Amino acid sequence: MSSIAAQRLDTAEATRTARELARIVVVGHVDHGKSTLVGRLFHDTGSLPEGKFEALKATSEKRGMPFEWAFLMDALQAERDQGITIDTAQIWFKTKKRDYVIIDAPGHKEFLKNMISGAASADAALLLIDAAEGVREQSRRHGYLLHLLGVRQIAVLVNKMDLIGNDQAKFDEIVATYRDYLASIGVTASHFVPIAARNGDNLVTRSSVMPWYQGPTVVEALDDFQPFAPSATHSLRLPIQDVYKFDERRILVGRIEAGRLAVGDTLLFSPSNKTARVRTIETWSAPALSEAEAGRAVGFTLDEQIFVERGEIASHETDAPVETDVFRARLFWLGRQPLEVGREVKLKLGTLDVPVWVQSIEAVIDTGDLSRRAVARIERNDVAEVVIRTKRLVALDSFAHNPQTGRFVIVDDYDIAGGGIISMEGYPDQRHSVTRKATNLVHAEYEIDRAARARRNGHHGAVLWFTGLSGAGKSTLANELEKRLFARGFQVYVLDGDNVRNGLNADLGFSPEDRAENIRRVSEVAALFASAGVVCITAFISPYRADRERARGAAGADFHEFYIKADLETCEKRDPKGLYAKARAGQIPQFTGISAPYEAPEAPELVIDTSEHDIEACVDRLVGYVIDKLAAVKAGG
Amino acid sequence: MDRLDSLESQSVFILREAFAKIEKLAMLWSFGKDSNVLVWLAKKAFFGRVPFPVVNVDTGNKMPEVYAFRDRYTKEWGLDLIVGPCPPLEATDPTLPPAARAGARKTLGLKAVLETHKFDGLIAGIRRDEEGTRAKERVFSPRGQSGDWNFKDQPPEFWDQFNTDLRPGAHIRVHPLLHWTEIDIWRYVQREGIPVSELYFAKNGKRFRSLGDKDITFPIDSDADTLEAIIAELEVTRVSERAGRAMDHSAEDAFERLRADGYL
Repeated sequence: MSSIAAQRLDTAEATRTARELARIVVVGHVDHGKSTLVGRLFHDTGSLPEGKFEALKATSEKRGMPFEWAFLMDALQAERDQGITIDTAQIWFKTKKRDYVIIDAPGHKEFLKNMISGAASADAALLLIDAAEGVREQSRRHGYLLHLLGVRQIAVLVNKMDLIGNDQAKFDEIVATYRDYLASIGVTASHFVPIAARNGDNLVTRSSVMPWYQGPTVVEALDDFQPFAPSATHSLRLPIQDVYKFDERRILVGRIEAGRLAVGDTLLFSPSNKTARVRTIETWSAPALSEAEAGRAVGFTLDEQIFVERGEIASHETDAPVETDVFRARLFWLGRQPLEVGREVKLKLGTLDVPVWVQSIEAVIDTGDLSRRAVARIERNDVAEVVIRTKRLVALDSFAHNPQTGRFVIVDDYDIAGGGIISMEGYPDQRHSVTRKATNLVHAEYEIDRAARARRNGHHGAVLWFTGLSGAGKSTLANELEKRLFARGFQVYVLDGDNVRNGLNADLGFSPEDRAENIRRVSEVAALFASAGVVCITAFISPYRADRERARGAAGADFHEFYIKADLETCEKRDPKGLYAKARAGQIPQFTGISAPYEAPEAPELVIDTSEHDIEACVDRLVGYVIDKLAAVKAGG
Repeated sequence: MDRLDSLESQSVFILREAFAKIEKLAMLWSFGKDSNVLVWLAKKAFFGRVPFPVVNVDTGNKMPEVYAFRDRYTKEWGLDLIVGPCPPLEATDPTLPPAARAGARKTLGLKAVLETHKFDGLIAGIRRDEEGTRAKERVFSPRGQSGDWNFKDQPPEFWDQFNTDLRPGAHIRVHPLLHWTEIDIWRYVQREGIPVSELYFAKNGKRFRSLGDKDITFPIDSDADTLEAIIAELEVTRVSERAGRAMDHSAEDAFERLRADGYL
């Protein structure tokens, strides 16, 4: 009674406020001593349940094996039998400063998915390197993955120092090698600690066998980590989980992933692009909230009944997420079957589910030496750079801009099979292109209809949309086609890129967004030409599929997409304006085909291969197509 | 946000994910402290109601105080309670140690409830700090048709994205309290004023730390007769929470075998 009463006084303060908790993952190459470290750390900090140590010793003796600290972590019989940690196990211990939950992540290659499951939720990591073996494949790989998973704080523990005679020079050598590697992927370790986990050297107390080491012990290195706090400084991102109508209230729920939310805020929902104001933040059995910050699961009502559904992201109107149907990603693949280009899988981002496919695989990255190689498909445990196409427009962020909504997982065959982080480099935000600002528009009906115009002109109006790399021959063919059609009495006009940019689009530059807007305006003008009965030829690189699809949407059945095809090598050899040379020299940023993507059409009306046929043959084919598709009976003719 | 706020928000997020993604959902309610916290969190998530049935697999062997607690709070909390009976002990695997067979009865009772009501998802209040095999659980844990769990080959789970896609015939166990510790549960009970059974509080130097069947669960030595005293006791204890549960200790692998077969 007395001892508990005394404790009650001691801990009265702690009882009122729960202690801070940090989640630490332990990673490293197989057999470099992760489980031993955790077992010993657990014991040395006095965190072991009563009798556990003795029970494990007894078990070892019964089995006729010497006691191993790793047994402590191996709660499952199967683990002991195989001698490897199968899954992510978690244990708790405390220091003076805070509570820790230690996640022991397996180093064995085939259990990478478990290492990722454990590491992705960690605030910080301890990475073990065997002093005798030095930096190994998984040492590098785990460092790389920690970075990819967003674990920013890492302490490196060089274990089994006793096996190398506690030699400072050898320790320094390992530190230098690994520090170089981390630097090459943009990571700085907070500490490098020489330890011998089996003996408890430099874990909780400073070891006398390495007097040359003046840095922190493992526990001090842990206490030196900053706890993870969800970012309230980023712009608001609130993915909508659900809409509840249990009573007269219509409550939208979700977790604030970044930023803060306050009553009275105007929220923009993406990608539906609707806006409304926050009327209340709802709670049950707690005082009402006037604001809430990142990490909190909230429910709120709006001042207007707008249709919003799960999967949308609520933000403020400034610094809203990107809207797109294509993005770049660095992806790690854990699936049973490989991931191929074009195969439909499910992407989950925030609360959104959407069908996607890999449009192209840029490279698979060797996490050891960071070299890149071209592949046809992504195999299990590969890290790859890819371009992903979504089936419909989605809201997201680049990882660098807002990490919580800049990463995703992929579901294949019912299970989560991979994950990745997003980069929008080279791709435009399509928000502007899909937003119609004016309201109350009525479509004007023309009294002179299309048929009347076709009878007068002897042909139907059309948009002939030429797309292809710079140097593929778009302008040359467009101008030749115009001449030939004009000679045949066609109302024909080439909408020239430079002319458009001199006037209509003089306000636009060459950023991905401005390029998209340039194409959007050209699409609309071309569509108007077509409905005026003119055959309008456009010759723009127009590299993005989404932009061309919108151009098709603007002109409807009048739209004809011609893919002017030539491989990059041929185009670069032609280089009529000397642009490739400049791009290669780095003088033109984001040059299509060199440093920005070109998305070839999937089902164009015509493919004209200019590396195989001469100009004459190509133009003949184009003229043939136009007469075949567009000729009409002329009035009075 | 402090530690309890973070834990609460994480659990509420998980409950809402389960409700959004799983068609036929139910929550297991054992009337114990964790289970009551779970009901409370559901009421937080769904603004005062639990919008799916709560299921209790009844061994018929609980202590009378526990049944009294059940009856009172089923009504007070407005719960839609489904009680599933357990088969007799003879129906269980005779190679299991005697105390573990009592646990196996509950597994069979649970399978029967799943069979009758065709639930796609079951929310359960297990925690990682309770026991080694539970430490290896995922938040959303897909189970085969028979409810078995292959802990050696679980799909990955990270960035709070969960495996919510059901294979035909499979169901999902959802664990919103996985990341809580025993002491977190008590601190939250204290902060929120959540009702718990009187059996947790010491009488005559004994209290129950965990509530199982009456013939295989034993009280521990303790003078902790208030929430503050229980929290203070747990701050310093080095005895494991399930020490009073006989079925866990009858053989080295008893609990693991129970869990692989579908025990919670």
